[in-house]
Amino acid sequence: MAHSTEHVHESNTKRIWMVFGILSVVTIVEVFLGIIKPEILTHNHLLGMRLLNWIFIILTLYKAYYIAWAFMHLEGETKGLRRAVVWTAIFLIGYLMFILLTEGGYIYDVYKNGHVAWDF
Amino acid sequence: MEATVVRTGTEGKTWGGGNQPLGASYGKLMMWFFILSDALTFSGFLAAYGFSRFKFIDSWPIADEVFTHFPFLHGIDAPMYYVALMTFILIFSSVTMVLAVDAGHHMNKSKVTIYMFLTIIGGAVFVGSQAWEWKNFISGEYGALTTKGGNILQVLNTDGERVALSEVAVPMGRDRVEHESNTGIWFDQGETLPTYNLEQIKAGFMANEDLLLRTQILTEDGEKTILTREESLAKLNKDAIGTVEGANLSENEYGTPLFADFFFFITGFHGFHVFSGVLINIIIFFNVIIGTYERRGSYEMVEKVGLYWHFVDLVWVFVFTFFYLV
Repeated sequence: MAHSTEHVHESNTKRIWMVFGILSVVTIVEVFLGIIKPEILTHNHLLGMRLLNWIFIILTLYKAYYIAWAFMHLEGETKGLRRAVVWTAIFLIGYLMFILLTEGGYIYDVYKNGHVAWDF
Repeated sequence: MEATVVRTGTEGKTWGGGNQPLGASYGKLMMWFFILSDALTFSGFLAAYGFSRFKFIDSWPIADEVFTHFPFLHGIDAPMYYVALMTFILIFSSVTMVLAVDAGHHMNKSKVTIYMFLTIIGGAVFVGSQAWEWKNFISGEYGALTTKGGNILQVLNTDGERVALSEVAVPMGRDRVEHESNTGIWFDQGETLPTYNLEQIKAGFMANEDLLLRTQILTEDGEKTILTREESLAKLNKDAIGTVEGANLSENEYGTPLFADFFFFITGFHGFHVFSGVLINIIIFFNVIIGTYERRGSYEMVEKVGLYWHFVDLVWVFVFTFFYLV
């Protein structure tokens, strides 16, 4: 109802197919990298994580952006709604990830250096 | 009386009241509430997975050794191709969904019908593929030995190729016969016997000089550590306590059982979302066919289920990365 009164919707099919193309290409690149695992990317680390894994995560966020913006049409929503959704998720998930991964790394060190035998 | 504020001075402003600052209908806004909370649920699961993985960072199973099957290509090593295909199918069903929403904006009933139908098919194919993936994971491929500490030892030949337990085992007398319920009182039955027991594997392993063991500890290169023949024999005789085939919630032939637990839980929870998405899509599909939204003058309902469907796709993108790629 809101739609018919506010503005006439133009057809977005061209953009939809373009986004589909982007998502497909990114997925192909990810799988390709995952299979060949170039040594230069697996042997170099940034902040304790392999470059390859950073690439995977960045490409994933890139895909997530297109899904949320183009398919879920966040780009057409008001700024308020968009920020309420995106920033809430980013802050809470970022915090959760940071805490749990730090803690996991700590337990790994305890297992490794402490007096706990687990490889037997 | 004078203290009563009659005017706030914000009339006509976005948040001054009396209008809809977010410009979204109630239904859509509630769908966004749900999606955000569901996103936090999923990130809780994925963060827990990350926690466990960081805890066992040097012994976590390698995903492309686990998921190597492709339909009709039996015995061919096809790491990740199938899951990549599944990802495509889900992304494509997202595309047909957004095309249905787009057609709905133009009140084009026949197009909405076709695209909704394609979306449902895509979702169903995805759930089916997920089930097939589970089946392969549950039944396993090569089998492995398990140690007292609950670790996994896998058998290799000197060329570095995996060798299945069935090729190692020497047929010989078994230590016991499986006690089934039809041979005694009906409610009483023994533990299931493994296909191959430890004695058969040990005998086969001793007899074949070509066989080596590898542990689940990862080397610098991210490969599993391969023991020498002497180390293998020592490990086999000292630590091995049984065999394990496939994966379930308590054991996993590919490595730590936690990997299997998280795999079943997270992909299962996601698969359940896809399944309910397909059901909701079917309901909306029939509503489209009988003309409910045509009469209502708006296809916004298609838009709302569309949001949910895209969200399911969005979650899969993350599950795909963290389970199969990273």
